[in-house]
Order: sequence, then C-alpha cells, then structure tokens
Amino acid sequence: MEVFIYGLARGSTLALMAVGFSFAYGVSRLPNFAHGAFYILAGFATWVFAQSLGLNYVLSIAISLVLLAAIGAAMYRFILIRVRGMEVSEIIASYALGVAILEALRCKFVGTGFSTPVFIEGTIKVAGVPIDLQRVVIIAGGVVVIGLIWAFTHYTRLGLSLRGIAQDERAALMLGIDSDRAATIALAIGSALAALAAVIILPVGSITVNEGYDVLISALAVCIIGGLGSWTGTILAAFILGFAGTLTATYIGTMWESVVVVAAIILVLLLKPSGLFGRQKEFEERV
Amino acid sequence: MGTEARRKERLDRGVKVRTEKLYAVSGWQEITYLVLPRLALILGLLILPLVMPSMYWQKVLCSMGVFALLAIAFDFLAHYVGLVCLGGALFTGVGAYISGLLSSSTGLSPALTIPIATLGGGLICTLLLLPCLPLRGVYFAIVTIIYPLAIVRILTALNIWGGTEGISALATFPNIWVEVYLILGMVLIVLFALRRLVNEDYGLVLRGIKDNDQAVRASGINVTFYKAQAVFITAAIGCFCGAYLSCLYGWCGLSLFALDFSILPIAATVMGGLGTLVGPLLGACILTPLSEVLRAIGTWRIVIYCVVLLSFIVFKPEGLMNWIQRKYHQFEHWEKI
Repeated sequence: MEVFIYGLARGSTLALMAVGFSFAYGVSRLPNFAHGAFYILAGFATWVFAQSLGLNYVLSIAISLVLLAAIGAAMYRFILIRVRGMEVSEIIASYALGVAILEALRCKFVGTGFSTPVFIEGTIKVAGVPIDLQRVVIIAGGVVVIGLIWAFTHYTRLGLSLRGIAQDERAALMLGIDSDRAATIALAIGSALAALAAVIILPVGSITVNEGYDVLISALAVCIIGGLGSWTGTILAAFILGFAGTLTATYIGTMWESVVVVAAIILVLLLKPSGLFGRQKEFEERV
Repeated sequence: MGTEARRKERLDRGVKVRTEKLYAVSGWQEITYLVLPRLALILGLLILPLVMPSMYWQKVLCSMGVFALLAIAFDFLAHYVGLVCLGGALFTGVGAYISGLLSSSTGLSPALTIPIATLGGGLICTLLLLPCLPLRGVYFAIVTIIYPLAIVRILTALNIWGGTEGISALATFPNIWVEVYLILGMVLIVLFALRRLVNEDYGLVLRGIKDNDQAVRASGINVTFYKAQAVFITAAIGCFCGAYLSCLYGWCGLSLFALDFSILPIAATVMGGLGTLVGPLLGACILTPLSEVLRAIGTWRIVIYCVVLLSFIVFKPEGLMNWIQRKYHQFEHWEKI
C-alpha cells in the first residue's frame, strides 16, 4: 500500500515534469532541451518574488508562470525560429540556452536552503500510510493539469489548431494555421507547464541547480518511454517509471533509481523504439 | 536603401578553379595556393609549444589539444553522420577510467594504457549507445545527455573506483615535450585522417545516411552498422582524450565526466563552423586560452561558452572557418540589381 501511494505521487511528479516537454515537442517537433532549466528558473523566480521582494505567494507564482511563458515564446522567436528544421542546430541551441541558464543560476544562488513554502501544511493518513498534503496537491495538480490540457486541445479553437499542426503540418498550413505562431504558443505553454510543475513540486524538496539536469533527464526518459509527442504515452510512462522507481527505492536501494531509468530507456529503444504509444510513427523513426 | 537594391556577387578565384583540376602543379603560384594553408596549420601547431612563454601555457596547449580533438570528433559525428552527441564527457570519462584502473591495478605505462583505453573505451561506448542507433531523430542526443550524468550518480552511489575522490597517483608522461607533442600530433593525424575519410566512398555513405537513410538502406547497406562504426571512431577519439588526461594529471575522477567536456567542444565547433573539421580546431584554439584567462570566474565560464554558442548559431551560423575559406577562395563585390 505504501509503495502504491508513493508510486502514485512520484508518477504524478514525473507526469507534471514531462508534460511540458511533450506538449512542445508534440505540436512543433522542437525538442526543448532547456526544459529542466526553465523548471528550476521558475522555482528560483518564485523564491525571489516571494522571499526577497516579499510579494504575495500566489501572486509570485502567477508572475513566474507568465515570465516563463514569455521566456519560452522569446526562445522560439529569437533563437529557434532561425534554426527551425535544422535538427542539429535546434538541439544544440536549446541545450546551450538551458545550460547557460542553469550555470548562471548556480553562480547566483550559492548553497542550499532555497525552498518555497508548501501550499497546505500537515499530513494525512491514507489507508494507514502517512502522506504530506503537498504530495496530495501534486497528485491532484497532475490530474487537473492533464485534464485541462486535454480540454484545451479538444474543445478550444487554439488547441484544435495546435493539434492540427501536430498531425499534419502542410494541411494545417493550407487551412490558414500559422506554423510559427503555433510553435511560439506551444513553447510558451510548454514552458509555463514546466513552471507550473516547479511551483507544485518544489515545496516538497529544496531548489537546487542539479535538479534542473535531473528534471530534464526525467522528462526525456518519460517522453522516450511513452513515445515522443504522445499524450497518453507520456502519462502512462510517468506512472510506470514512478512505480518502478518507488519499487526499486524500497526493495533494492535508492542509488539504483537512475539505473532503472537508463535501463528502461534502453529496453524501450530496443523493443519498441517509438515508445509505448507511438505506433503510427514507427516507420518514420526507425531506419 | 531607397529603390536601388544591391546584392553581393561571389566568384571563385581563377587560381582556385585551376588547382582543383589537372593544373594543380602547373606553377609555383598554384602549388603555394594549395600547400600554404595546410603547411601553415601543421607548422603552426608544431612550433606553438616552442614559443610558449612558460610551462603553464604549455599545459594549456595540452588541454587545447584535447578540446580540439573532442570538437573535431563532435563535428565529424554531427555533420557527416547527423548524430548530435551532447555528452562528449561520456567518452572522456570512460577512457580516463579504463586507463586509470589499468594503471593503478597493473602498473602499466601510459604507452600501453592509452591505446587499450582508446580501443576498449571506444568499444564500450559504442555498445552503450548501440540501442539508439537504429533510430533517427533526437534519440541519440537524449541518450548521450543521460549517460554521463547517470554514470556519475552510479559511481558516487556505489562508491567504487575511488568514489568521489577518484584514483590518484597514476603513471604520468616522462616530460612536458612528450605530453604536448603527443596531443598535437594526434590532433593533426585525426584531422587529416578524418578529412580524407569523409571524402572517400565511406564518407559518402555516411553523408547519405544523414541526408536520406532510406536511400542508403535501399542500396543494401546496413545503416546501423555504419552508424556504429562512426560512433566508434568518435568514441575512440574521445576515449583517447580521456586516457591522455588521466595520464597528464596522474589522476582520474568524476570531474572527467563534467559538463566542460560536453559543452566546450560543441561551442568550439559551432564557432569554427560545422562541417569543416578545421573549424573546430580553430574554435578550440580561441576558446581554451579564453577559458584559462577566465578561470578566476569559475562556473561563469560555461555560461560564456553557451552564450558564444548561441550567438554564433543566431548571428553567424556558418562559423568562422567557412567565412575564412570563402574569403580565401572567392572574390566578392557588390552589384546593382
């Protein structure tokens, strides 16, 4: 039971981390390797607004969400738009931006002890297992975010046009959907989702720069396992990895968790390269 | 601007056209035109250690050679095979640990440990990366990011092979001249060998894989096998660098998996010009001394590499070397339209 609940919490955490990357990649085919950096940047931005500037906590969360959305859009408008379609440069440029942000933050915020307050204090017992309320918030937040994205992409005009671009770019262009605008929006939303994940998840631990690389890795692992750009796959893979990680940590040892991630990726690449839910793209991706 | 529009017209120099064909040896001018850049590069690299003011700068030259090799290998893999390796540190780390473990357990000299680490490390890295080679797209980049970070975590957690301390007191090179000329000689050999390689039929297949893998596959060529060979070449070069560094410092540890070995070569390549193979060398020659000068500011260095990298991608995507080559081979003048 304990494993189940912690696995659920960890699965939601991973799903929240990965959903932004998956969203941006699914719509615009742009791998945002600055995802982990955006996550940590949002954490530090919230911390600065709330602690140093003394703003209201909710207000500072809202500001950092908007800020990160703007940064994501700016990254597309000023950098990625120039290298769109050149895969090598896309990857290099976004990764370079991510590393630049992370290493700059490492110089600025030395030491530990940066943490944002939890939303709700206290713990509750679920089926005899104590769990702090913030983790319940994470699980709930994961469900709400995924539900909102699903509603957005299925019932709003903008969301439908983004899905159109993702499915068939040429046909979408003929129907008057602007590909650059869609990519800008997708990256803005993807970055805001990274920021949202950060503000929900970070109160549990403390904000450290190395976390940025870990988040990038987790997001990438989840996306590979679920199939790049697939929604259902991303969510399912997040919970699979979450349970696998919790099981490993409980029965074998915490240090083997990263081995599990690498092993899972390699296993998936060997057996089903386009991920658990990437069926129709199998031919495109395998040589 | 007004209504008058201009464009830049570029024309090949006569001497360039002549030297491409049979007339290459028809006169001193043509021969000089062909030989001068190559000779300047070779002699320049060989003389450089002699004119360095101090031992310290000769050491800097050694690390410059290492970064140049890594950058050339990155360029080869990214531009000719289409695989972007974001974790060059995997190669240096694996090479360093193989050579370090051999040296500390059996006491072999660097003359033996370096070749073993080069070939063995190349093989290990190729095997590690093999699962993502049959795929196209971003998989290779993703998996190469993950490996160095995961390996550091595992080594720290298991606390084997010296853990976070690393393995120290390894066999080193006899003197500074061996150190510096070994790496510079290797840079020249790798540079000219890879340049020859990519212009042979073999290189044509690799470029075919990058541009249209289905066509290569339709020709009955095993794409994955060729990719694996290219990865082996790159990994072996990277492992050589790692093994060399472990012998240079007499120490190997987790910092050989550090981000510097992944990012600086990429920055050097983008700065020098993707696909030129000489460009990365030029980029490393500029960036490494720069990073030595900037040593005082610590991690800000990595930020600076990244900013250099981004600005070159955005403002001068062709890189320095392509620009220099254009100036060397072509006239330019403005023309009214």
